[in-house]
Amino acid sequence: MRRLSRACLLPLLGVAGAARAELGLNFPPPVTTVGQEIYSVHMVTMTIATVLLVLVFGFVIWSLVHHRKSRGYVADQHFHESWFGRWSWVVVPVLVLGVDLTIAGSASRTLEKIWLVPKSPDLLDVKVIGHQWWWEYQYVDHDLKVESRFVGPEKAGDNYLREVDHRLVLPTGTKIRFLQTSADVLHAFWVPEFGFKRDAIPGYVTESWAEITREGVYRGQCAELCGTWHARMPIVVEAVSPQRFADWVQEQKAIKVAAAAEAGSDKVWPKEQLMAKGEELYVTKCGACHQPGGEGLPPAFPALKGSAVAKGAIGAHLDIVLNGKAGTAMQPWNALNDLEIAAIVTYERNAWGNDTGDVIQPAMVKAAR
Amino acid sequence: MSTATLSHAHEQDHDHVPTGWRRWLFSTNHKDIGTLYLIFALTMLFIGGASAMLVRAELFMPGLQLLEPDLYNNLVTNHALIMIFGAVMPAAAGLANWMIPLMIGAPDMALPRMNNLSFWILPAAALMLMLSFVVPFFPGGGSQINTGWTLYPPLSLQVGMSMDFLIFAIHLLGISSVLASINIIVTIFNMRAPGMSLMKMPIFVWTWLVTAFLLILVVPVLAGGVTMLLFDRHFGTSFFNAAGGGDPVLFQHLFWFFGHPEVYILILPSLGALASIVPTFSRKPLFGYKSLVGAMIAIATIGMVVWAHHQYTIGMSLGAVKYFMIGTIIISIPVGLMIFNYIATMWRGAMTFETPMLFAVAILLLFTFGGLTGVMLAVVPADLQYHDSMFVVAHFHYVLLPGAVFGLFAAVFYWLPKWTGHMYDERLAKIFFWTNIISFNITFFPQHFLGLAGMPRRIVDYNAMFTEFNVVSSLGAFVFGLSHLLLLYIVIKAVRGGRRAEPRVWEGAKGLEWELSSPPPFHSWTAAPQVR
Repeated sequence: MRRLSRACLLPLLGVAGAARAELGLNFPPPVTTVGQEIYSVHMVTMTIATVLLVLVFGFVIWSLVHHRKSRGYVADQHFHESWFGRWSWVVVPVLVLGVDLTIAGSASRTLEKIWLVPKSPDLLDVKVIGHQWWWEYQYVDHDLKVESRFVGPEKAGDNYLREVDHRLVLPTGTKIRFLQTSADVLHAFWVPEFGFKRDAIPGYVTESWAEITREGVYRGQCAELCGTWHARMPIVVEAVSPQRFADWVQEQKAIKVAAAAEAGSDKVWPKEQLMAKGEELYVTKCGACHQPGGEGLPPAFPALKGSAVAKGAIGAHLDIVLNGKAGTAMQPWNALNDLEIAAIVTYERNAWGNDTGDVIQPAMVKAAR
Repeated sequence: MSTATLSHAHEQDHDHVPTGWRRWLFSTNHKDIGTLYLIFALTMLFIGGASAMLVRAELFMPGLQLLEPDLYNNLVTNHALIMIFGAVMPAAAGLANWMIPLMIGAPDMALPRMNNLSFWILPAAALMLMLSFVVPFFPGGGSQINTGWTLYPPLSLQVGMSMDFLIFAIHLLGISSVLASINIIVTIFNMRAPGMSLMKMPIFVWTWLVTAFLLILVVPVLAGGVTMLLFDRHFGTSFFNAAGGGDPVLFQHLFWFFGHPEVYILILPSLGALASIVPTFSRKPLFGYKSLVGAMIAIATIGMVVWAHHQYTIGMSLGAVKYFMIGTIIISIPVGLMIFNYIATMWRGAMTFETPMLFAVAILLLFTFGGLTGVMLAVVPADLQYHDSMFVVAHFHYVLLPGAVFGLFAAVFYWLPKWTGHMYDERLAKIFFWTNIISFNITFFPQHFLGLAGMPRRIVDYNAMFTEFNVVSSLGAFVFGLSHLLLLYIVIKAVRGGRRAEPRVWEGAKGLEWELSSPPPFHSWTAAPQVR
């Protein structure tokens, strides 16, 4: 039915296209100094390519129109023996070489500017870590991190697949160094408005840099195939003034301190609160693989609904969540705090008819670490 | 007299055409093996095409409609591997088998039994490839291959046993290619008719000579790379596993050391066929024979040392990316020279536009376009934006469809009357040409815009902002895919009957193959012709 209704929408597409202000035909306008450079290299190369294309098409079409047998044209059997025929193997490469050097020359100058990260005392380091299938951003200088995950169509609206729960907030007018790496497979950090992408490779730290010139929200996606939900790794940058950025950093630090205090307290949590917290955490952190309904995506991602682990011994369950399972996509989740782990495990043991009745307290997680 | 009896028995042997399945399974005849290759390639073209149409069906609209994400990625992977290893390379090998002996005046390939082997490995390899696709659907079959044809680790280390089937399929395909290449090189060097010096060989034979050397140089590197992958998966090595001290980027270098020359492996034989087709329908000699030979050797040589332009985003040193950028841009010189020579061959010719020539003209225009977007991609700063976007998908389909596949179509239409003895249906073939070319452009041209606007490649679902061009592209793809049924019909019709073809099928055709009857006898050039 859904498919059918989509098919019925087809005639409306033209209207939808017209309604949207612009149909992307070229790069989105770049908002970084590096992106400006890249954009002009792109335009220069594209212009040269277009001129060459017009030349080639022109010669071929001229020939197609005039040099045809049906118009009584008699083939010039000695064309290849003329001076042109004898020397074209020199002339043509020299001409093409000239074009090549023009392109390569302009590109090389730009390349140096974008490739080498400028030395600057106020350089802001942002570590970009790709995970299957979410992004982690660490503000190295501020001891802060943001976990940025895909959100469903109900929350994302028109920006579905290009909207996240927590954005990467960055200051304008500041040189920012991105340090890309990965926790599992290859990913690539790409915000088209920045003008570049860079791979996130496990075991490597790759560098790129940008200075954002305009405030705004810029959306991109993971650009290197990273498995099942490659399409669901949006990147959303919110560029704000340096002052607002500083405020945001303070605010995040306060939230972090409060959360740590809450998790570290010896408070015994009621089951309902753990379940509520657990559901929210489960959907964001575990749902991509094990699915919100716990049914998983076998065989790669086993079901938790009715699973032996979720209904078996608590110790084994905690162990797999904290330490991961070697040889599978299940990673260690020990970066989460005790309260978060306790909530997730409680939820997994009681949701979807698992009904073990177990309540796991943060203290039990602390003991299991 | 004993000599007379001997020669009599010898002649009888020549007339003997084996029948039934033995003719094909045990064949050592270059024409029959060429036919087998071509039938195999055509079959694979439809399988690979069907998977592409499923992919485009999923991308027709935003949202997940038809395919699970892993199945989508599995189809993307299989489409590439089947088209490259199953369709284009075997089709080019089929042309080589059929035409090289006819063109150089040889009675057969130099190593006929190895020829049989190199073909009959292919169905086994194809079976292994299909198994890698279907195994995950059986209980205990593990996860699907969701890596794309580049098979980059660590993702390919996560995949289930189907990856092992794929690795063995690649080994088999590689063995088949290397055997065929050895055969072609030996044939060209040893079996030429008297007077057929290297610099008198048809360009098609030259392109295959260069291609065969390329294959022998690079296929073992791919085989080594996937073997290391196999070891990482099962025997505890860590070639590509960073956690064990390995390097995931190493695989990318090994893969593209094969993968970039592979592009020239795919397009050179097709461009070589153009060197026969364009002069024929322009009714004038090929322009710049020597520079064509030089250009293709230059392409092969430089093409071997520019592989890392597929990996600009991995963060190489400034010096390394500059080298790979300039090297890649330099390739435009020999490629441009080839295109120039073909246009100069048409120039001041007396052209007619039978289907092979229509394809040839379309190739010159569309391949030039694909080549120019290639220059754009070679430029590092701009590539940081284009890389892994739909722009790249558009680019390489503009290179590989005109450069390889349309060239094969042109060659098939050009030589089909020679092979079958019947003219194909020219009217239907022209309908096929126009449907094919127009729908090709509708399919792939909009993808450039998608890429520039920010749509990554290999995604199963996309934001609504990308809808319009994806709809257009998918509609084009359905027409493009289905148009090949017409090709199949035209070929079958020509095989079964039609106007009898003359020995010299085309008015302006030159070369040894046209001295033979159409179809040529089962054993041809049993007495070597004298070439002046």
